[in-house]
Amino acid sequence: MTIASTTQLICFVALSATLVLGALGVVLLPNIVYSAFLLAGVFLSVAGLYLLLNASFVAAAQVLVYVGAVNVLILFAIMLVNKKEDLADIPGLALRRVLSGAVCGGLFLLLVRVAITTPWALPGPASIGDGATIRIGEHLFSDYLLPFELASVLLLMAMIGAIVLARRDVYSSDVITGEPADQGLIEKARTPLLTGKPSP
Amino acid sequence: MTLSLPTTIPLQAYLLLAAVLFCVGVWGLINSRNAVRVLMSIELMLNAVNINLMAFSSYLDGQLIRGQVFAIFVITVAAAEAAVGLAILLSLYRNRETVDMERFNLLRW
Repeated sequence: MTIASTTQLICFVALSATLVLGALGVVLLPNIVYSAFLLAGVFLSVAGLYLLLNASFVAAAQVLVYVGAVNVLILFAIMLVNKKEDLADIPGLALRRVLSGAVCGGLFLLLVRVAITTPWALPGPASIGDGATIRIGEHLFSDYLLPFELASVLLLMAMIGAIVLARRDVYSSDVITGEPADQGLIEKARTPLLTGKPSP
Repeated sequence: MTLSLPTTIPLQAYLLLAAVLFCVGVWGLINSRNAVRVLMSIELMLNAVNINLMAFSSYLDGQLIRGQVFAIFVITVAAAEAAVGLAILLSLYRNRETVDMERFNLLRW
């Protein structure tokens, strides 16, 4: 994909502004639902950056996986745990924010210095352009075949693990009377951790 | 000496953008009270890493785009991480009735 360089610059500046503002909004906005929607905006602008870098396959994967799956999952989690709760004040919270901000600023300055002073071997070999998808396919089925297969095992394990972790346990029989219970209706009593009362 | 706009986007621009995104992610990771927002910050950091990988693959490794393959693997691992992380979060919420990170201190000295 070849676009005129001015158009490319304008796209880059617009995408960068969306990206940075969106990321700040994700971190700083008090309402977490807005944060989740801004996160989708961040993911979409990252996909736009990939398109600028001639990587259409990864851009499509980014949109499908991040915006389509991860962000929807996060929205579901927000809907499931979205209880208004008053967060207790913590002593030294403001100081902690300032200190961690200083640490992050220092990290940023370090990264900027590395990015600017390192003599990158530019210009590298010419970009492959539209053949990127074909080349990725060749990589995935030749020299990266083992990680590719392992990724499928990892996804299977993550799927089973998520189901096991998020499942609700139900008793097959009533705890007190011992008679069989209607499956799916009786939920196991919550077992609060370390609150003193042992669960029945 | 006149400051002229570059005709193409330099590699450093992508690196600086990724650095900004990563630092915002780290700050959010440390300072979020809500556990879901912590997971979102982790996604921001993973995206910053991916931008770096893609920029290097496009500028320094234009023919054998190995960085793009790595980015695909990072996306896969991030999807698995999000699924397991949110499942842990749901289970935790069911037990503790809160998503406040400050109250998840069971394993803290």
